[in-house]
Amino acid sequence: MWLEPRASTSGAATILWPAGAILATVVFSSVLVMIAGASPLTVFWLVAKGAAGSQFALLETLTRATPLIFTGLAVAVAFRARLWNIGAEAQLYLGAVMTVVLGTGAVTLPSAGLIPLIMLAAMLTGALALLGPAILKTRFGVDEVVTTLLLNFIVLLFVSMLLEGPLKDPTGLGWPQSKRVIAEAQLPRLIKGKRLHFGFVLAIVSAVIVWVIMKKTVLGYEMRAVGHNAEAARFAGIPVNRVIAKTALLSGGLAALAGFSEVAGLKGNLTLDLSPGYGYTGIVVAMLAMLNPLGVIAAAIFVAGIFVGADAMSRSANVPSYIAEVMVATSLLTMVAAIMLMRYRVRWR
Amino acid sequence: MTEAFEILFTASFWVAAIRIASPLIFATMGELICERAGVLNLGIEGIMVAGAFSGWFTVYMGGDLWTGVLVAAMTGALFGLLHGFLTVPLGLSQHVTGIGITLLASSLTYFTYRILLPEVTSPPKIEPFQPFAVPVLSDIPVLGPALFNQTPLTYLAYLTVAAVAFMLYRTPVGVAVRAVGENPSAVEAQGISVTAVRIGAVMAGSALMAIGGAFLTMSAFNSFFFEMINGRGWIAIALVVFGSWRPGKALIGAILFAAFDAYQVRLQQITGGVIPYQIFLMMPFVLSIVALVVVARRATYPKALMIPYQKGER
Repeated sequence: MWLEPRASTSGAATILWPAGAILATVVFSSVLVMIAGASPLTVFWLVAKGAAGSQFALLETLTRATPLIFTGLAVAVAFRARLWNIGAEAQLYLGAVMTVVLGTGAVTLPSAGLIPLIMLAAMLTGALALLGPAILKTRFGVDEVVTTLLLNFIVLLFVSMLLEGPLKDPTGLGWPQSKRVIAEAQLPRLIKGKRLHFGFVLAIVSAVIVWVIMKKTVLGYEMRAVGHNAEAARFAGIPVNRVIAKTALLSGGLAALAGFSEVAGLKGNLTLDLSPGYGYTGIVVAMLAMLNPLGVIAAAIFVAGIFVGADAMSRSANVPSYIAEVMVATSLLTMVAAIMLMRYRVRWR
Repeated sequence: MTEAFEILFTASFWVAAIRIASPLIFATMGELICERAGVLNLGIEGIMVAGAFSGWFTVYMGGDLWTGVLVAAMTGALFGLLHGFLTVPLGLSQHVTGIGITLLASSLTYFTYRILLPEVTSPPKIEPFQPFAVPVLSDIPVLGPALFNQTPLTYLAYLTVAAVAFMLYRTPVGVAVRAVGENPSAVEAQGISVTAVRIGAVMAGSALMAIGGAFLTMSAFNSFFFEMINGRGWIAIALVVFGSWRPGKALIGAILFAAFDAYQVRLQQITGGVIPYQIFLMMPFVLSIVALVVVARRATYPKALMIPYQKGER
């Protein structure tokens, strides 16, 4: 079998293939649910109810979606230019480190000055963390997939070292955790008494800004050109290496904002379990959104809903909440396959 | 200072180095086969998790150790088939698919673990492979015990390197595998299916990765923990580059790497907490990046690596 490009993608195909991907994901997870000894209908109902069945559930889903929008944008931007940033997890943690370094009392300013300052510093830290692998790629030809993956482990150990050393909270009863950020460094809650915070608004604004950069600016055009065909872009006079460097700065900065927003908006301090793999899940979010910055918002809310819903479901039904990770991974694979089949026709001999 | 130097001459150090190298050797050979056929397999980390669990669980359920190894290999091959199907005939991005396979294989493993062992707080233990001293050879000072007083799975790792090298350079199958990674249209012109060779290579490679994972639960340790692969798959990918896609060089890379890893653990004990332990744990990952930078300039990638092959295209 081989693939033949379709002259044009029909309207039916753009709906049927992704629908097929979702169906395949549902069927596969139903089988797993049945193996676990539960009824798929009940389980999916509980997941949906846990994700969006009440005001509490809905707000919790949006709260969980916030870091995923940032990491999803980071991945979408990088992948568009074919910079394979698998290190959003590391950049997230470095953004969180910078938030704690500046936000726990080292700098005293009113909120209006302190929060933008911390945001900028966090973005710069994440940006520089990805600039390293980007330069190794363009200057030395070192594959950025491997370097960014390995950096995830290095940075997590670095954070662990900081939390047992200079950043350790002396009143933390020996737990490796940082001090809490001061009131001026905290992002306000959107609704009094609820967990959803201003980071969600920042995430939406970021998605719009990234969309404008990608669609309306020269940089966005150059990034797409480099991603489409680096050789042709170079031939057309686009400074490919500089575009890759700029992409890295943007992507790393966005991922760092996830760490900033989790610390300053939700958790208040830095611990080693700040992110349950938001950096990696960002890859799924970006692919489900077909690398479209505005689509990232919807994809992040969808993925967050599965996680939040599965957590709630596993408390009442006897199915491990790991089913959420399985569903998310399966939907990634089926969706990339569906997108390919949307654009190409399968020929058998 | 002399103390730090003397470590290098103790047998226990080299025994540990070879033990640490064994899973990396399996994983590196597995990745090498995939990449030689033109397919990057980032599913490696998750496939090792799946192999570690499936092999261990087979033995826990009463299977014998070699059955466990076989089950692990088959589990790996199954995920390899999925990766191969998605990346070869469908031509999906090998990066994205590989990460997807890693996410799928590890989450499926954790899900299965929770279903099969719902109530356990500490993971149950099995009776793992025991060291077997090869007569005469294991009596050589220092190197004897290191190389020839290991578990049968380590000996299988040596054999794997020899078998992979022989297969790649001395058999028609190996010629086909190398050719689909360099010049697939020439292979197709010979009437050999590029798709079949590539999928076969990815399945075989993934089986080896899974055995590498199983080494940890069935030979190095005796039970299954979450996060136990801990980046070994990614390190194997770096080792393939470091070894210039050649089995012999990759073997040397794996042993050097493992020796360094074993050394840092001992150095950590000598320095006695002056330097934060995280610095030592970071070293293997830092070393991998440094090694990549050093060799990158003269690296000769398989020419068709990461390029999907479409019939009729050139």
